[in-house]
Amino acid sequence: MQLEFSPAEIAFQKEVRTFIAENYPENLRSVQDEGHDLSKEDFLSWHRILAKKGWIAPAWPVEYGGTGWTATERFIWSEELAAADCVGTMPFGLSMVGPVIYTFGTPEQKAKFLPGILSGDDWWCQGYSEPGAGSDLASLRTKAVRDGDDYVVNGQKTWTTMAQHADWGFFLVRTDSDAKAQEGISFLLIDMKTPGVTVRPIITLGGEHEVNEVWLEDVRVPVANRVYEENKGWTCAKFLLAHERTGIAAVARSKRGVEKIKAIARTEQDGDRPLIANPFFKRKISELEIDLTALEFTELRSLAGEASGKGPGPESSLLKIKGSEIQQRITELALEAVGHYGAPYFRGFGEGDNEHPIGPDYAHRAAPTYFNTRKTTIYGGSNEIQRNIIAKMVLGI
Amino acid sequence: MDFSYTETQDMIRDTLSRFLTDTYDFDSRSKMIASSSGRDTGIWKALAQDLGMLGASFSEEHGGLGGGYLENALIMEELGKVIAIEPYLQTVVLGGGALKAVGGAVADSVIPEIIGGNVIIGFAYAEPQGRYNLSNIRTTAKKDGAGYVLNGHKSVVYAAPWATHLLVTARTGGANTDVNGVSLFLIDANAKGIVRRDYPTVDGFQASEIYFENAAISGDALLGDEGAGLPLIERIVDEATVAVCAESCGVTAKLHQGTLEYARQRNQFGQPISRFQVLQHRMVDMFMEVEQSKSMTTMATLKLDLPAAERMAAVSACKAKVSRSAKFVGQSAIQTHGGIGITQELAIGHFFKRATMIENQFGSADHHYERFERLTLAD
Repeated sequence: MQLEFSPAEIAFQKEVRTFIAENYPENLRSVQDEGHDLSKEDFLSWHRILAKKGWIAPAWPVEYGGTGWTATERFIWSEELAAADCVGTMPFGLSMVGPVIYTFGTPEQKAKFLPGILSGDDWWCQGYSEPGAGSDLASLRTKAVRDGDDYVVNGQKTWTTMAQHADWGFFLVRTDSDAKAQEGISFLLIDMKTPGVTVRPIITLGGEHEVNEVWLEDVRVPVANRVYEENKGWTCAKFLLAHERTGIAAVARSKRGVEKIKAIARTEQDGDRPLIANPFFKRKISELEIDLTALEFTELRSLAGEASGKGPGPESSLLKIKGSEIQQRITELALEAVGHYGAPYFRGFGEGDNEHPIGPDYAHRAAPTYFNTRKTTIYGGSNEIQRNIIAKMVLGI
Repeated sequence: MDFSYTETQDMIRDTLSRFLTDTYDFDSRSKMIASSSGRDTGIWKALAQDLGMLGASFSEEHGGLGGGYLENALIMEELGKVIAIEPYLQTVVLGGGALKAVGGAVADSVIPEIIGGNVIIGFAYAEPQGRYNLSNIRTTAKKDGAGYVLNGHKSVVYAAPWATHLLVTARTGGANTDVNGVSLFLIDANAKGIVRRDYPTVDGFQASEIYFENAAISGDALLGDEGAGLPLIERIVDEATVAVCAESCGVTAKLHQGTLEYARQRNQFGQPISRFQVLQHRMVDMFMEVEQSKSMTTMATLKLDLPAAERMAAVSACKAKVSRSAKFVGQSAIQTHGGIGITQELAIGHFFKRATMIENQFGSADHHYERFERLTLAD
């Protein structure tokens, strides 16, 4: 065991750092710095640069377009992306449906879908949750009935992130109503332009349009777009949920988040001293940082286990629980740090007036981000569900 | 000892509760916020003229009902139950509180106008560098003949876009955080030299950045003695802090109630989620926080007339506890609701937003723990 990077790893770090510095889109940086909402094109501009370089899917097997990096190199990569404040790539294609397709898909499905995921030409969304099936995902009711070479799909999905931009969606649908909950589910890839697909926005507490309702009314989906066997879609779903959880610790981003809090606390005044000199506030930052270190090394140990052949298992629930709680605490501290300027709602600021600013720029999104980040302990299997998983699968109780 | 309310107090609560139930449902509130002025002026008028509610905490000589802190607290709690965006705190508790304290001609002329619903006051005290320290003031009021000239920048003045008057803290002497040299003024909100930048707040109110650019005000705008305003400011802010705690009692009671109702009707895994023990315990913890908030608010309300050091310790104890409770109850409500709690469509998220803003209003939990320790834990 050793902590230090090898000379080759240090060289790798330098290479990726230089690449980011030289290639990250300048206009995207200013959109981020000014706190605007990111458009589809904003996300895709960085995606395409990485795709062109061949670095868009480091976790994929090389034969499907992966980089062949070691776990350490992938770790370095995610650290550098976060340190440079790069926008994230959308996970729905790259981290979710892509791995499902190259693991369970037919050669035709691989040839048809993987290139578009890598290039960014196809934007994907995830049709899992339903109004009546949240934590209890297996109780989903969206129905697909076989009709010749098609399925006819009817139902409603919800919390579909970024579906407003999506070209394709992967959906869990019920193909056998008589089977018990987790059986009788199939995994379908649906072209979002198919007649009968309707996407309706859900506006969240910070005023964002991130999630949607997706209505499916007599939507015809070719049987060829079913991944894996009929009624065995839960196998894909479980595989995907485990994959979703590994990235969910968000260690690198949270490290960057802690640094941002420190910067704010050095700027904000608390009487005659900067806020960072306030012993209460300082203690909260160090508690956060220490908990983040514990999470980081738990993740590294888990990655080491994966490298030696153990797939991501139920212990990834630990990463999800602790990672999501830390993300929330970062937003709590940011909101606390900005004091009175947590209240102004930036979406209502109207025309700019530089002579009469409304608090510092870093304050504008503090409250909306805090509100929005409550989602992290809810999505991807709520933290209550994750604790149940650990109790059952890890502790055996 | 007697913790019971008088008949008049019960009547005030019942009347207000009925009125708000009829007028302040979630859809109506959303419409008020979305309207061009960001409020429904008819509500304030009705509170004043139909219900006589704005006079509840003023003396009968001024045309009020003869109440005080308790009336303010129970009105704020009811307003909290519907997350009302009415400027009661700013106008009646802060503005009215200052006027009651100084008395005299200005009180005699302005208080009846508050009671009548004709005056709305914004409290311009916070500054970008000042955080929660009430004497950290850079806004200056320079003597100019019989009047003063104001210069400076006040942060996040709730209700300022609606205000007829501004209650302003400014330096007439001293520097930085000196306790001496602080004065309090009640000025015309539309005086020349006041630049306002208006915006909505995340909890549904309207507020402004206020820039004084050589704003000339008359000498009789001064409340109390020049340079000796800090004790008065501390007192009205303490009164307002307790009033916000009372509001929080209403807000968190609704967060708890809404969560219970949702958990009873939301089915997952073949049963209402209220049957899951982990959620039951969370809802019990929420209940205990709400009850303790009510207890602390009652305690602090009853101690507002004690000597300053005792009053401050009680208010800080109350706010520290209530801030923590507001955070816990708000976060727990959202978590128990799941995704639906994070949407704009449900009231619960809006209660959460107000609870979140209450946490730091007039000082975070940390700020109040620190003040409590300074007053009660001498080395």
